[in-house]
Amino acid sequence: MTPVALVLWCIAVLLGVSILAVMMARWSRATAVIYGASFCVSAVAFVTVLLQLTAASASAPLPLVLPLGLPWLGAHFRLDALAAFFLVVINLGGAAASFYGLGYGRHETAPQRLLPFFPAFLAGMNLVILAADAFTFLLSWEFMSLVSWALVMTHHRERDTRMAAYIYLVMASFGTMALLLAFGLLAGASGSYDFATMRMATHTPAVAAFVLTLMLIGAGSKAGLVPLHVWLPLAHPAAPSHVSALMSGVMTKVAIYGFIRVVFDLLGEPAWWWSMVVLTLGGVTAVVGILNALMEQDLKRLLAYSTIENIGIIFVSLGLALAFEANAMTWAAALALAAALFHVLNHSFFKSLLFFGAGAILTATGERDMDKLGGLIHRMPFTSFAFLVGSVAISALPPFNGFVSEWLVFQAILQSPNLPQWGLKIMVPAVGGLLALSAALAAACFVKAFGVAFLGRPRTLAAQLAQEVDRFSLTAMFVFATLCLFAGVLPGIVIDALAPVTFTLVGDRMPVQTSVPWLSIVPITESRSSYNGLLVFVFIALSASLAAYIVHRFASRSLRRAPAWDCGFPEASPQTQYTSGSFAQPVRRVFGTHLFRARESVEMPAPGDPEPARFTLDLRDLIWEGLYEPIAGAVWFTAERLNHLQFLTIRRYLSLVFLALVFLLLVLALWS
Amino acid sequence: MNGLTFDIAHLLAGGLVLVSFMMLYQDRLYSLLNMFALHSLVLTLSVAWQAYVQQAPHLYVTATIALVFKAIIIPVALHRMIRRLGIHREIETVVGIGPTMFAGMALVALSMVVMLRVTQAADPLAREDLAFALSVVLLGLLVMVTRRNAVSQIVGFMSLENGLVLAATGAKGMPLVVEISVAFSILIAFIVIGVFLFRIRERFDTVDVRALDDFKGKRRR
Repeated sequence: MTPVALVLWCIAVLLGVSILAVMMARWSRATAVIYGASFCVSAVAFVTVLLQLTAASASAPLPLVLPLGLPWLGAHFRLDALAAFFLVVINLGGAAASFYGLGYGRHETAPQRLLPFFPAFLAGMNLVILAADAFTFLLSWEFMSLVSWALVMTHHRERDTRMAAYIYLVMASFGTMALLLAFGLLAGASGSYDFATMRMATHTPAVAAFVLTLMLIGAGSKAGLVPLHVWLPLAHPAAPSHVSALMSGVMTKVAIYGFIRVVFDLLGEPAWWWSMVVLTLGGVTAVVGILNALMEQDLKRLLAYSTIENIGIIFVSLGLALAFEANAMTWAAALALAAALFHVLNHSFFKSLLFFGAGAILTATGERDMDKLGGLIHRMPFTSFAFLVGSVAISALPPFNGFVSEWLVFQAILQSPNLPQWGLKIMVPAVGGLLALSAALAAACFVKAFGVAFLGRPRTLAAQLAQEVDRFSLTAMFVFATLCLFAGVLPGIVIDALAPVTFTLVGDRMPVQTSVPWLSIVPITESRSSYNGLLVFVFIALSASLAAYIVHRFASRSLRRAPAWDCGFPEASPQTQYTSGSFAQPVRRVFGTHLFRARESVEMPAPGDPEPARFTLDLRDLIWEGLYEPIAGAVWFTAERLNHLQFLTIRRYLSLVFLALVFLLLVLALWS
Repeated sequence: MNGLTFDIAHLLAGGLVLVSFMMLYQDRLYSLLNMFALHSLVLTLSVAWQAYVQQAPHLYVTATIALVFKAIIIPVALHRMIRRLGIHREIETVVGIGPTMFAGMALVALSMVVMLRVTQAADPLAREDLAFALSVVLLGLLVMVTRRNAVSQIVGFMSLENGLVLAATGAKGMPLVVEISVAFSILIAFIVIGVFLFRIRERFDTVDVRALDDFKGKRRR
């Protein structure tokens, strides 16, 4: 059986499992069975596509055509290197989320609302990647959106969830409409929806630019590009945590796949100015995303905003790849594209890990608000450790994987002086500045997340009584933590695995990394730059152990003078600890005053009044207020006006039809 | 094709438009029905002439259907219906006759402009036919729009359908099945609407469609 057929069988089995879940909705063991089955199938698919990706097949694979869908088209499925890479990401995330669900799902109050959709969601994402014609692609895309919407609606009794799901549904339909138009333009007048035929077609610059815009809207709204990101921080946290992990860590990657597939593969030669648009959007997305994350005190929403930041980084990298490809600098394009794909992989690792951690906290304490947590490192040491690894990795600190991919992005940015266009020469370093800013803010953000939730003392009883979570959840987290370290220490293996992908898309690859001595990676040539994750890891481990030893040996036992009964804490109340709001205050004052119209006000009680002083903070979402509220208002206004059409007489309806016909005839008469 | 055949076809199709105009200014139901019968008769002649010109015997079947159903059965049935409903005295135009006629002329001009320009490649007979047919369709719609009695709306609808048949026979090679199915669907529509008329009448004591509007349920304020 060919790999593509095997993956299709896996998809079929997953769909069967979701039907099974409907049938055994009332059975108490259903959770274990469904997640177990999903795990096994995803693992099989993962191994299949991993073998396919690493087995370097030079020839382009042929599509598998099934007699489904449109009768004259059929359903085309194809597993090339790009698809294989994204399937690796999806099925690894899917397998881990299923495994995590084995433990986490036991706490679900209404599993029958969740279980049927979970395997279907995995199947939908797999189908999108495998699809090799526009019809199948759009159908699977919409299937994926709808099923994920159902997953967001799991806790539908909460008002916020319904609101989030509604906004998600609207944005998803809008995005799909943009994709539909994009594929319509790609198919052109000949109307062939097969990707292989689309690839052959040539487009005028105007049409190509229009397709790019539509793809930025369609795929960007799914991935969370600013200003189409508004649904993401609402919908991702509203789902159960392992689904949040899948949506944030994996589904956004499906959107990126769609963008890469169309813009790099189907659209033909890029124009250099496209990259300006993509770079700008990516840079703005990164900074806006991470600033929002810093302002957030809900842990899962913070993670969702951080997803937006990472999407920004990936889009910056894709923009760079476009710029280099347009100027025929294929080696640099391969570097930028590899950096983007590497970051896709990394983000799926650490974002899934962090959402699993947030889910573990939710299981243990029932809280998502960081200001009600604290001191969890004593109660949940393993979760804390895994969450720490994820935080360090997402903050792009060596020796973990986040550093490597962002370092590669910066290596690509450093190639910008070689670009011939002055606009790009000036702009790329500016975007690099935005990326550096967002990386620093991300580090601050995750210091905040880890520090406020896990360090210090418990702020509530729930945090004080927290228990370590079950082994399934911990295993899933530690698998990702290990992968974060592995991809950070041995990035050469990953980069070499990406080579066939970059080769098919931009016609070049990064230098072979596994042959570089001492496990270093060399993006361009050894004389320019190299990085050795293993060396950094060993150095960090040694120096940290040494420092810990010295501190313990000499400082811990030395005599200290301190106030009596103070135990090292100057103030007894846990309320005096840093909260997420107070930690973010300096950043908020610098950036938020304009970006969020942040206003702080302190109300002091009159002298002698025993009332407490009050501090109020007012943040506003300018994108929501400036873009979405006017649109919603206009739609509402129009709907109100058109409402009268519901209550006309029969004769008036006839007149409307008649006048419409006459109007169309008039247009025809005057037009031609 | 010689000049005479063309002229006769032109005359009959033009006659159909003329009768459509005559329908526009009838303000009594009986006379409207008579005009409709005349309309169908002219259509029958026109279709028969097309059958002769195109040497397409199946068009004679169409002509017979038009004659039997539209020129005889339906007008007679509607006559009886009106008598049973007791509405033969009703005057029921909404818009005055003058504006209606002007609107009708504008519509004919519009359909000529559109059709003659669009169908430049077609053969002249079909072109003229199509232009006239579109006029008849539009005039039928105008009749429906300017009346408020359900019976006259049916008549407008039927005359619209006559326009469709004219268009269909003008184009060569239209299969009989299509025409028969159109004819039968019209017949069924007629039966259904007739049944409904009596139901409406039973309930509201009138077939004035304004009564239906009052009864459409909750009105939004």
